[in-house]
Amino acid sequence: MSVRVQEADFDVGAELEQLTRGNKRIGGLTVFVGLAREMHVREGLHRERIDALTLEHYPGMTEKALREIEAEACRRWPLEATLIVHRYGRLEAGERIVLVAVGSPHREAAFEACAFLVDWLKTKAPFWKLEETPAGEKWVDAHEGDDVAAARWGKKPL
Amino acid sequence: MRVRYFAWMKRTVGVPDEEITPPPDVRTVGDLVVWLRNRSAGHAEALAEGAAFGAAVDQRTATFDVAIAGAREVAFFPPFTGG
Repeated sequence: MSVRVQEADFDVGAELEQLTRGNKRIGGLTVFVGLAREMHVREGLHRERIDALTLEHYPGMTEKALREIEAEACRRWPLEATLIVHRYGRLEAGERIVLVAVGSPHREAAFEACAFLVDWLKTKAPFWKLEETPAGEKWVDAHEGDDVAAARWGKKPL
Repeated sequence: MRVRYFAWMKRTVGVPDEEITPPPDVRTVGDLVVWLRNRSAGHAEALAEGAAFGAAVDQRTATFDVAIAGAREVAFFPPFTGG
């Protein structure tokens, strides 16, 4: 059970190897890797390409919030291993942003808990995205669909 | 008490954080919002009625009815957009 917030990139293979090493009770490991994707937004009459974004976070609270989300997943599903690595700072399109990995004896719990962690961290962990466009910087608005996705796991507040 | 601002609110207020000593009748997060609005035009804009922002008291998400007595740190921020 581990949570990290870091500026540096992570090596998915090495992280998974370390997460599962020595634990023979894990029968299924699910992994989500979030990437910074190239996007196009309308700026007035023009369509602007977003080439990079900067992720700001709230040091201290971020780690607490992620640990609470992780603990909640462990209460809901029988999990053998969990890992959340979330980056902050400037990220160019194509770079990895977040890694969520969940190991469980059975695949159903691993799939569900992984989806739960991603949905909840999007709405409950204090990160903010600032997009860079040729016309300037723009703070990303919260996405209503994220709240809907998080709500399907129930309303239990942290 | 330290107040912190994040994302666009930090830019609108003009500072990332500040030390404040609110009067005793400022009891809740909501009271603090109203009191902070008087500090500058930037505060008034960032913390305006109807603006979409949340709060945390000592690094724990808090609704506006939460008491701030004894808190070391209160933060204000827009909705989260991580992941």
